[in-house]
Amino acid sequence: MGTHAAAHHDAHHEEHHDTGRMTTLGFWIYLMTDCILFASFFATYAVLFMNTAGGVSGKDIFDLNLIAGGTAALLLSSITFGFAMISAYKKNKGGTLFWLFITFLFGLAFIGIELYEFNHLIHAGNGPSASAFLTAFFSLVGLHGLHVTAGLLWITVLFIDVAKRGLQDRTVTRLGCLSLFWHFLDVIWICVFSFVYLMGAM
Amino acid sequence: MSQHDHDAHSHGSVSSYVVGFVLSVILTVIPFWAVMTSAFDRATLFAIIVVTAVVQIVVHLKYFLHLNFTKEGKIDTLSFIFTAIVIVMVVALSVWIIYESVLMMMY
Repeated sequence: MGTHAAAHHDAHHEEHHDTGRMTTLGFWIYLMTDCILFASFFATYAVLFMNTAGGVSGKDIFDLNLIAGGTAALLLSSITFGFAMISAYKKNKGGTLFWLFITFLFGLAFIGIELYEFNHLIHAGNGPSASAFLTAFFSLVGLHGLHVTAGLLWITVLFIDVAKRGLQDRTVTRLGCLSLFWHFLDVIWICVFSFVYLMGAM
Repeated sequence: MSQHDHDAHSHGSVSSYVVGFVLSVILTVIPFWAVMTSAFDRATLFAIIVVTAVVQIVVHLKYFLHLNFTKEGKIDTLSFIFTAIVIVMVVALSVWIIYESVLMMMY
């Protein structure tokens, strides 16, 4: 009986572990399709960025100091999320909550900087409808911004989940998916600041 | 112990995150510095931006997204490589086609 129970427990544990792994793999494949969505936005931007309709080009409107600030916030949020994951795997609830909160603050700072930039552009008459370049620019950078906003919501939800129910296997799997999402957005941002901002400003 | 090693390998440790972060900072500062000081000509700047971006993406994939070629992690890496090929086709071919058509319309 005891052996049976132990075997059953092992089988259950094994199955659970596999489920978590499959969830992460499924989420990774979703991220790959998201990658293709971003790629088509990048292609659109590459095709349209010279069509400024006699208006401003990237060189006139990009403020690299601002972008460097946003990039720093996102990079810092990446390492703090890494620390949250390490705490989660060690079942350290307080550490996980602390690092999730810090990550949230850096993400919020990034979105704040982006909203400031967009607001500034629109008030100067360079809104998304001013030229094909600006449409493509707002679509691409805005799409990334929307993803980061979704990530912030998700951090909030999982913060409550961890605070209320602790670090069960299921919650750690969810945190693992969010970690993939968050680091993936950082990879997209590397492409945005390199190909949109830096190449636009040079 | 083997369980611990396995975890450290697939989920990363404090030191691997710090290494990834330091590399990312260096690879971000270089192109920003190059563009902001404008001490280089356009072709050099272009090369600096592309090379640092590609290297930084690889750093992020290795140290933050933990892509690897172990038995368990191989499928993630392969699906990423497949996606990367699709992306090269979507972006590079679109750009190629449109730029060629622009040239044809101008002459």
